[in-house]
Amino acid sequence: MASCDLAVIGAGPAGMAAATLAAEHGLDVVVYDENPAPGGQIYRAIETVSLARNSDLAFLGESYRAGAALARAFRASPARFMPGTTVWLVQKDRAIGILRDGKAAMVQANRIIIATGALERPVPVPGWTLPGVMTVGAAQGLLKSAAMAPSSPVVLAGKGPLLFQLAAQYVAAGVAIAAILETGARPIAALPHVWPAWRSGTIGKGLALLRAIRQGGVNIIRNVVALEAEGRGRLEAVAYRTVRGTGRIATPLLLLHEGVIANAQLTKAIPLAHEWNERQQCWQPMLDADGNSDVEGIAVAGDAGGIGGAEAAAHSGRLVALAALKALGKIGRIAHEALAETERTAWQRHLAARPFLDALYPPPDASAQLADGTLVCRCEEVTAGQIREAVSLGCAGPNQAKSFTRAGMGPCQGRMCGLTVAALIARETGQSMSEVGHYRIRPPIKPLTVGELAALE
Amino acid sequence: MSLFRRLHEDGPGDAMTVTITVDGVALQARAGESVAAAVLASSDPTSRAAPVGGAPRAPYCMMGVCFDCLMEIDGETNRQSCMVIVREGMMVKRMARPKAVTP
Ligand SMILES: Cc1cc2nc3c(=O)[nH]c(=O)nc-3n(C[C@H](O)[C@H](O)[C@H](O)COP(=O)(O)OP(=O)(O)OC[C@H]3O[C@@H](n4cnc5c(N)ncnc54)[C@H](O)[C@@H]3O)c2cc1C
Ligand code: FES
Repeated sequence: MASCDLAVIGAGPAGMAAATLAAEHGLDVVVYDENPAPGGQIYRAIETVSLARNSDLAFLGESYRAGAALARAFRASPARFMPGTTVWLVQKDRAIGILRDGKAAMVQANRIIIATGALERPVPVPGWTLPGVMTVGAAQGLLKSAAMAPSSPVVLAGKGPLLFQLAAQYVAAGVAIAAILETGARPIAALPHVWPAWRSGTIGKGLALLRAIRQGGVNIIRNVVALEAEGRGRLEAVAYRTVRGTGRIATPLLLLHEGVIANAQLTKAIPLAHEWNERQQCWQPMLDADGNSDVEGIAVAGDAGGIGGAEAAAHSGRLVALAALKALGKIGRIAHEALAETERTAWQRHLAARPFLDALYPPPDASAQLADGTLVCRCEEVTAGQIREAVSLGCAGPNQAKSFTRAGMGPCQGRMCGLTVAALIARETGQSMSEVGHYRIRPPIKPLTVGELAALE
Repeated sequence: MSLFRRLHEDGPGDAMTVTITVDGVALQARAGESVAAAVLASSDPTSRAAPVGGAPRAPYCMMGVCFDCLMEIDGETNRQSCMVIVREGMMVKRMARPKAVTP
């Protein structure tokens, strides 16, 4: 079996920063990412965009450009990068299962840093499986990696920094936006948290985005309380309701976004110990101040450990790498203290903006207004009504709901429906989300074919 | 009309140099794009039929999470087309609903 000192899973800001620092200090570092190039979600395709398209780099904005230096340092470091490689298994003994070029293999790591980032929070609304309904992150990925934009005026619906960032990027690129349907921002609730967010630069950036969007003449409809994607076989219109009345916008493309959640698929499959984050309404691994999990030698960095954003992710990556260097004897305790202190301070300064953002853009209640007919599990096509019915028949938790209804049994392994199913059960039974729990997630976390597995001896 | 369009036509690297075949029809794409991106820029954005009800689906998340972009690529079924980069001569098929098992 191949081996390494340190395996880093994910080459976003957290993974790149961690790997660069650890490799520069002499560790044998291998980095896996299922994408073809480093960058992660925020800096997706940063290398190709910086090389070929200065004009695109301009409209993608300053926070995107910041990724170029991180990627350059990562490429210049001795860390071995394995793009196009999916990690489908991590064992507590730090054996790792990878899939590359259609072949599965096992690798033994001395230490592991999991930096698998975030997912967009799934947003079940009526009609969300129609072709033409996608996520804001999906469209932003197309903009960065393929310089593609909507062919006709697009509707953006939901809330959160990423939604406004994409809108500003579209305005700068001259792409038409039919409307932004904002689902309940809470500026007054966010007021008490203004100062740390201001200090971290978050508010300044946000205001600049909003200014750019307004200058672009985009129609922003606020306080949207219900949404529906309409069409036969394809999206034709978006119907919405606000506190004032209803409306309908014809469009072939609707982009949804309700913030991001930690990508806990891998950490739950190991399993590491997790806790429910009430403020961000998602599960996240329980970590110490250095990012160490409850399993010896396995640490988590960046958004995979709890949402902090790109800048926080890079500092968290370095902090976790420093702990690995100390544990493997590459730096002494005193050097570690000094270096870690700097990173921790910077990390916390960026994290301090989160309470403001979480209060301003509170996660929607995934169970309250879901109509019985709305699909919650896209893979197995299970509706909210079917989950409610299962509960009324005595189903007490997500794993039982799975066997009652098949929700969570499809190829996405519950990534899209897990939180919604749990929230429905919590509401119907009067339990809290941490009491209800989550699907038991078993490796492989991505389906493997028999042919791919055949390569394992 | 397509859901997405390419912003540039005439810069360096903008040539449509890759030809793939989707359900027997030739589709021009740009090097470095994913199969799902090329499909979203074509006149039919769908990737598969939903396995239970058979309704059409298209790529949704573009980051390997939702599995709605599953397509048959070069003879292999259930590939996540948002994670596969186009290659010259690639044979792609939209995935039909699995046939119902008749007792
Ligand atoms: C779709 C999306 C778009 C976003 N865009 C922005 C943005 O424009 N601006 C912004 O400020 N924030 C954005 N965010 C928020 C983002 O989470 C953080 O800002 C930042 O990207 C977090 O960095 P990270 O290193 O923790 O994780 P990420 O940047 O998410 O990187 C994680 C990496 O891990 C890889 N990975 C995951 N699982 C596996 C596996 N099993 N095997 C192999 N590789 C794996 C992924 O391919 C990815 O490259 C976005 C989030 C999402 C979900
Ligand atoms: S589009 Fe979601 S997995 Fe490919």
